[in-house]
Amino acid sequence: MSTILDVEKLNLWYGDHHALKDINVEIPKNRITALIGPSGCGKSTFLKTLNRMNDLVAGVKIEGDVLYNGQNIYDPSVDVTWIRKQIGMVFQKANPFPMSIYDNIAYGPRTHGIRSRVRLDEIVERTLRDAAIWEEVKDRLKKPALGLSGGQQQRLCIARALAVEPDILLMDESTSALDPISTGKIEELAQQLKEKYTVVMVTHNMQQAARISDECAFFLLGELVEFSATDKMFSTPTDKRTEDYITGRFG
Amino acid sequence: MRSVYMAELEELNKKMISMGMLCENSVAKAAQSLVGLDRDLAAEVVAKREEINREEREIENFCIRLLLTQQPVARDLRMISSALKMVTDMERIGDQSTDIADVVRASSLQKIPEGLNFREMAESVIHMVTKSIDAFVNQDAVVADAIISYDDVVDSYFDSIKGKLVGLLKNDKSDTTDMLDLLMIAKYFERTGDHAVNIANWVIFSVTGENRGVQGK
Repeated sequence: MSTILDVEKLNLWYGDHHALKDINVEIPKNRITALIGPSGCGKSTFLKTLNRMNDLVAGVKIEGDVLYNGQNIYDPSVDVTWIRKQIGMVFQKANPFPMSIYDNIAYGPRTHGIRSRVRLDEIVERTLRDAAIWEEVKDRLKKPALGLSGGQQQRLCIARALAVEPDILLMDESTSALDPISTGKIEELAQQLKEKYTVVMVTHNMQQAARISDECAFFLLGELVEFSATDKMFSTPTDKRTEDYITGRFG
Repeated sequence: MRSVYMAELEELNKKMISMGMLCENSVAKAAQSLVGLDRDLAAEVVAKREEINREEREIENFCIRLLLTQQPVARDLRMISSALKMVTDMERIGDQSTDIADVVRASSLQKIPEGLNFREMAESVIHMVTKSIDAFVNQDAVVADAIISYDDVVDSYFDSIKGKLVGLLKNDKSDTTDMLDLLMIAKYFERTGDHAVNIANWVIFSVTGENRGVQGK
């Protein structure tokens, strides 16, 4: 199991608030890693540090290293656009662009200089297939993406993220607004995607973390309390705080 | 804090204690009926069998409902799944007692020959049953481990009784059917000890997550 992201002594402050405290963790390649913990524990903040989505937050201060295949993504010489191409993100709420399904997918590749129609057609089909939505949309590619259902929009957003051929997909509560059927589809999708990609997901749904992740990280008050194989965390967690949280004996 | 859930886990504990007490009583009364050759008491043990079976089904349903509605994890998942496995062994303990009582009731035995340590064997078995349920309720792996070792005591009583019965049969003065009845009873007690060991193993799983499997049948 090789490491794709190696986080070392990561600290993050929002102004005076110390939101991430000395995080050290190695995210394995081609696996699903789930980040769990109560609201405000730092898991989404942590996820965003993995592709520098916190850069734009006013008053944020970040120390420590996030090594992507050995390269520190916070090194001043690193191109942030390149980082976000390699490490894509899907958010809690589906956010398709107000354009056609086809153009939603083609947007990223075009930004990265792909103009060939044949090439774009190929990318659109492949990524929509990868995101398990091709069959549902293949006859309406020119229709507005906003006409899709919530679950379809979310899978479209995953396809859009895949269109620029990332290495890693960050998912921030990407199923929390979906019905059980759409959630099931995205969970299955995540499990298929790990053959080609590495998935890191924030989830409030403990059963979801138990069901689909290989590794699990428990955050509390900005600390990474426990990082272990998911089976182990949900059967015999090491830290009492983890056990208290996942069994609902918290607060 | 999930207070309804916590109350349900406590309720499960109470149900396990209640079924455990029925099992202990069943073994104790079966032993008493044997030692005193009390056929009425033996009939009483047989009559109680259905009550134990009913408790088993009740606990199974309760555990399944907890799994469905509370989706337990970690120590709760281990505890509930252990309970679900343990009740099968507890029900079997009830069956073994009933089998003992059934033999006592139907046998023509007038007197238990001298030197057969049934009373001591029964006391050891009851000790194992009681302690295994206690270990579950207190989630105590140390006590569970002690019960597993203690099974050797019960096994040695069985070997001793079996040896003496063979001797009695050889000297040709004893009734063969009676002796075989007593051998079966000794075996039922010995099996009851094995079920207590299984319970103890599930307690260890519940506390530590280590699954050691169960005693061979």
